[in-house]
Amino acid sequence: MKLFKIFRNGIIDENPTFRLVLGTCPTLAITTSAINGIGMGLAATVVLIGSNAVISLLRKFIPSKVRMPAFVTIIAGFVTIVQMLLKAYVPALDKALGIYIPLIVVNCIIMARAESFASKNPVLDSIVDGLGMGIGFTLAITAIGSVREILGNGSIFGFKLFGESASPALAMILPPGGFLVFGLAIGLVNLLTNRQVSAAGCGAALAGCEGCGGHCSAGASEEEVRS
Amino acid sequence: MLESILITFLSAVFINNFVVVKFLGICPFLGVSKKINTAVGMGVAVIFVMTFSSAATWAVQEFLLKPLDLEYLQTIAFILVIAALVQLVEMVLQKTSQALYKALGVYLPLITTNCAVLGVCLLNLEIQGEARFLMSVLNGAFSGVGFTLAIVLFAGIRERLETADIPKCLEGFPISLISASLVSLAFLGFQGLIN
Repeated sequence: MKLFKIFRNGIIDENPTFRLVLGTCPTLAITTSAINGIGMGLAATVVLIGSNAVISLLRKFIPSKVRMPAFVTIIAGFVTIVQMLLKAYVPALDKALGIYIPLIVVNCIIMARAESFASKNPVLDSIVDGLGMGIGFTLAITAIGSVREILGNGSIFGFKLFGESASPALAMILPPGGFLVFGLAIGLVNLLTNRQVSAAGCGAALAGCEGCGGHCSAGASEEEVRS
Repeated sequence: MLESILITFLSAVFINNFVVVKFLGICPFLGVSKKINTAVGMGVAVIFVMTFSSAATWAVQEFLLKPLDLEYLQTIAFILVIAALVQLVEMVLQKTSQALYKALGVYLPLITTNCAVLGVCLLNLEIQGEARFLMSVLNGAFSGVGFTLAIVLFAGIRERLETADIPKCLEGFPISLISASLVSLAFLGFQGLIN
């Protein structure tokens, strides 16, 4: 029951994309198609589960003063593994995602979970937390990718939806469309749940709580920037 | 030579702007852009770190990873180099220039997790040709200038947004992203400036 609650937390209550607004760079950059969203989401999920598990196992051995460099090294190790696997088995996806694969290292979702969850909880809980957060991230960016692909390319998962005569709004798969769809998506989630974004994301935490009017409940990412 | 420097400048600052076209460094772009002053401070710190880390990662790549055939360790090596470098820059500034340290100090530690810095180091690897070192460093510096331009422009817009009448569900993050979309649209106008 407790495990299910942790799992659900990442997908709904604390969805990293719509609720915590973490990891905005890949969310905007690679969501030009639904399939890219799934690829990026799964790659990040694998890294999340792996790093959460290892950090949780080592949580009693890593001195708190050097925990940030230690976490970064562990995360970078998993990112390198994922990078090599993608290159070997799905080169097309590796090409589509480009430098955003190595940039998973600096994705704040992973650091935030390492700091606020994995370094305080036992292994099994941490793995489930990584899985939940990863799936929440995957679902969110796949949804954004689908909307952008339908509007900007007239297709979904590569299947053409409209006839030859329809001309899609190219701007939606260009950078402006990324900002627009993501902004409206958060707005829609706010409207449906009747709640403001709870934590102000890694960006606001970066401002050291001055910029965001004290809404920084994301203490994790705040810690992270002090490393 | 001068021509290729000019092209690098135009490309890094306007055409392939790091923030609004390449989507790197979105976190500080959204987080530290509430006031123009802080945006300028963050921008200068980023230019500083990007230039130095471009040089440092070039050296690591050229003298360490390549001769030892360890290129697959790039990601780990680069992020550690950047983290160490930021720490070093902070310590040197603290000892040598109090004024500069006061101005940039708060932003420096935040930059380790800024994906724009790691991003520029990875993109520098794609630069070919004789003057690779010079071009990498210049690309780092100019990309930082592009970042600064975008974040300062955006801070100006957000200062106006403070007093605007916005639907409740769009307050905060959503409206910032929608405004960023318009900034990005403006930058798209630079596409095709050079062939």
